[in-house]
Amino acid sequence: MIDVLLITFIISLFYMAIANRIRTYIKVLAFQGVLLFVVVFLQLKEINPINLALILLETIVFKSVAVPLFMAHVLKRNNITREAEPFLPNFVSLIITTLIVVVTILLANGVTDTHLDKIFFVVALSSLFTGLYFIATRRKIITHVIGYLIIENGVFVLSLAVGNEMPMLVNLGIMLDIFASVLILGIFLNKIGDVFKDTDVNQLSNLKDY
Amino acid sequence: MIGIYLIGALLLVLALFLNRNKTIAFVLLGLFLILQATITIYSYSNLNSTEWSYFTYDSLSVLMLITLGIIAVPAIIHSHIYLEDQPAPPESRAVYYGAIVLLITAISAGFLANHIAVIWIFTEITTLSASALIYHHRNKLALEGTWKYVFICAISVTFIFIGILFLSLALQNAGSDDLSFKNLLAQSASLNPFWLRLSFLFVFTGFTVKLGLVPMFTAGVDAKDKAPAPAGALLSSVLMNLGFVGIYRFYIVIANTPLHHWANLVIGISAFLSVFVATVYMIKVKNIKRMLAYSSIEHMGIVMLGIAAGGIGYYAAILHIILHSFVKSSLFFQFTQLYRVFQNKNIYHVGNYFKYNPSGSMVLLFGFISATAMPPSGLFVSEFLIFRSLFEANQIILLVAVLLLLTMIIWAFGKNILKILFIPPVGFDDSHVPVISPWESVTQFALLALTVYLGLNPPHEFVALIKESILMLPN
Repeated sequence: MIDVLLITFIISLFYMAIANRIRTYIKVLAFQGVLLFVVVFLQLKEINPINLALILLETIVFKSVAVPLFMAHVLKRNNITREAEPFLPNFVSLIITTLIVVVTILLANGVTDTHLDKIFFVVALSSLFTGLYFIATRRKIITHVIGYLIIENGVFVLSLAVGNEMPMLVNLGIMLDIFASVLILGIFLNKIGDVFKDTDVNQLSNLKDY
Repeated sequence: MIGIYLIGALLLVLALFLNRNKTIAFVLLGLFLILQATITIYSYSNLNSTEWSYFTYDSLSVLMLITLGIIAVPAIIHSHIYLEDQPAPPESRAVYYGAIVLLITAISAGFLANHIAVIWIFTEITTLSASALIYHHRNKLALEGTWKYVFICAISVTFIFIGILFLSLALQNAGSDDLSFKNLLAQSASLNPFWLRLSFLFVFTGFTVKLGLVPMFTAGVDAKDKAPAPAGALLSSVLMNLGFVGIYRFYIVIANTPLHHWANLVIGISAFLSVFVATVYMIKVKNIKRMLAYSSIEHMGIVMLGIAAGGIGYYAAILHIILHSFVKSSLFFQFTQLYRVFQNKNIYHVGNYFKYNPSGSMVLLFGFISATAMPPSGLFVSEFLIFRSLFEANQIILLVAVLLLLTMIIWAFGKNILKILFIPPVGFDDSHVPVISPWESVTQFALLALTVYLGLNPPHEFVALIKESILMLPN
């Protein structure tokens, strides 16, 4: 069952690669949060129930509800147009995302460790590189933040892989998630929207070596 | 003591954030400096003891704490002078003082951490406090610099976390789950090499944002440019030391495994590329603070080349990073006075500094001689030892390439500094130049003299501490 959910997670990455509207990105992020919620429930059987309840709460509240609502609020408040303007056509993005997943699967075949379920490794690294790819090829500042959130989801999946033996790491990962997301989203995205009327990354090239 | 330090410092940070009165801020900062001095002295007298099970006063942390303690004093003095000269609204001033105290606290706690997750938490806290400092002027360029810094640091800190996850996978083979450095070193023979490789790559990449190496150095350059100069001094000296400590502690673990040679290769490539990038930008740069920032990147590249080379390079790298902290911070402190005279950061609009501030010009001149590692600066000793270690490691081509790049850096740096000191700027109206008291340069002279003393005639305890911190490394 966990395998099915994680494969659905990868399919959602493909869907994000071809999506046109920023609202779609946000909806897919919320969907990924729900998937991760079920995975946490099925995977982390051996940890303290209170800790498990806390992690479940964080996943569903933060990843599926709070962050998407906040992003929607930022979109509306800064009048960001609904197009996610990529530097490369969506079809090329789809091909590159597929390549990323294929390369990760090949890399995972080199893993001879029996302690790690390969699917976690594949999903985590795919999300990491897809998130980095999103950051590099999208024009708007808000899509940079969405790329960062994809990376965060990937890191969470990886922490679930070791979560049974070391639940502290899952807690640390959640702490990182909340802290960095609050810092980036809460404080600076609003400021950026207020100061830079045009939320375009090209606006952020004034700091140069003269 | 660490509990008293952390709780006390946090209370002081809170008080500084809420306070709007200048005298009370003065008193609170004085209290913080006393607290910092207390923990420094306590750490040296309680060498190798562990507190709260996550903080150890080992020799490397004591050395770094002493460096931080010495630099924190002029940082706060010059911040005070800076805020007197460029008045900011009381809220901005409160945020600035609170953030600078939080930064110093987080760096101290990061030095003392003996568990990889704890040093990671404090690195994240330094991101928060440094970004508050960079955003001090609250204008469009400062916002851009802060955004870039926060974003790249967030990604790098996530990379470090991924590295920690891979490290726990590597440790599972050994059947243990304690991620403290002592335990990792004890189990180093049974760590899974595949996961250890991945872990080292991610942790190293993550910490290069603080240390200022390829690939994540870009955020730091913008940060040091936009932050007020006293904060920039802290960012380019002691914060880089935190990045170094993070990488170094992991490097000790990996040096005792068969992956030692591979790790040296990774560090060596990154360090050489950093020196190369620093050379390219130094030739081109016209903004004085960016020039100093790229010079920091070059020095960090040299430090990591020493680590990669091994042998005497380990001793020289730690000596170099301590002395570089003093030199770079003194240059940044002098920049506050330079800016007061000329109100401009561009090299074309600055010049003939000897006429307006002779003592400050002497600091710049000595600082230039120190930063480019010419005798009698202590950096000459450490760089010479690093070159020797590269020679002894049979990396002749690398050594020749680095020497050529350093020659170009000395040329570019010297061209700019001599222009600032001696050639009159174009179109500069010098009727409103403020008179700068020579007493303000005393701190910088003291820091530069300290580098000469520590380089040429280091006290016995200092040498013993450095030798103890490289004890766990092979050969």
